Amino acid sequence: MADAHTVAPEHEQHSPYLRHHFDDMAQQFDSATLGMWVFLLTEIMFFGGMFGAYTVYRNMYPEAFASTSQFMNPKYGAFNTAVLIVSSLSMALAVRAARLGQQKALQLFLVITMIFGLAFLGVKAFEYHEHWVDMKVPLFFGHWDYHEAPQFARPAQIMFCFYFFMTGFHALHMVVGVGLMTTILVMARKGTFSPQYFTPVEISGLYWHFVDIVWIFLFPLLYLIGRTKQLI
Amino acid sequence: MHSIPSVRTYVTVWAILTIMTFVTFYVAQIELGVWNIVVALIIAFFKMMLVVLFFMNVKADSPLTKLFAGAGLFWMVLLLGQVMLDYFSRDWMPGGKFW
Repeated sequence: MADAHTVAPEHEQHSPYLRHHFDDMAQQFDSATLGMWVFLLTEIMFFGGMFGAYTVYRNMYPEAFASTSQFMNPKYGAFNTAVLIVSSLSMALAVRAARLGQQKALQLFLVITMIFGLAFLGVKAFEYHEHWVDMKVPLFFGHWDYHEAPQFARPAQIMFCFYFFMTGFHALHMVVGVGLMTTILVMARKGTFSPQYFTPVEISGLYWHFVDIVWIFLFPLLYLIGRTKQLI
Repeated sequence: MHSIPSVRTYVTVWAILTIMTFVTFYVAQIELGVWNIVVALIIAFFKMMLVVLFFMNVKADSPLTKLFAGAGLFWMVLLLGQVMLDYFSRDWMPGGKFW
């Protein structure tokens, strides 16, 4: 038995993280990256459906969507965009630190990414609370006559449904992202990552940047339409 | 695996993304008619490409990964393009007389 399982010399140098069905670490890394992109493609389809539906309804009710958009505060939206972009920068720097084997920097950048992600969610919660108080949530639609422009009452409700669904699913992805970062931080503290093995950091980063991209499109489409018109 | 981008590259990309956010915010306050949405989406597309190429480092990824990332973009173009062709030409519906 011992003879049959004698390890060839070149195998001894392999990273303990190399699975036996891959030739080398580079191939394993490329496969993991590709797999993550396949997952991101399903995410594109998921959010794409909502963007498609938004396109249809906004084209049907352009004035109503523009006037309803004025209930969103674009300053919060712009601030949150900046916050997410900083978190993406720190995520990219975390991946870089992992590749260079800088353990302290990796942990620091992961924490910064999480702090900015949570800041985004905090601002979002504050905005949701304002809409809740103003009775703009679907739950209260029966009490909202949209007296500012009664002819837009129904499409205004549609616009708010899109707002809550799109930003809500985006926020859910942010919550998942912060959970991922927590896991990666725990793994980093255990010393799991090295310049030879940092795949989990890399693919979590891909996810984080994807969620950032969704917000890059949500911000102009929900907050910035109809800013030039005084419709309400 | 791939060459590691410098901190300077990442910070430059971040600075451009932040500037573009301010630009899109202020351009939205200017009345451009139908061009408001066009400008907003061009800026958003430009920002997306920066994030994909540099932060997600697709620039240095394998051709297969590039193909997959491009497939996602292509699928979105198909979806939105077909949706717009259909709904913008239904002249019996509101918003259907686009052309």
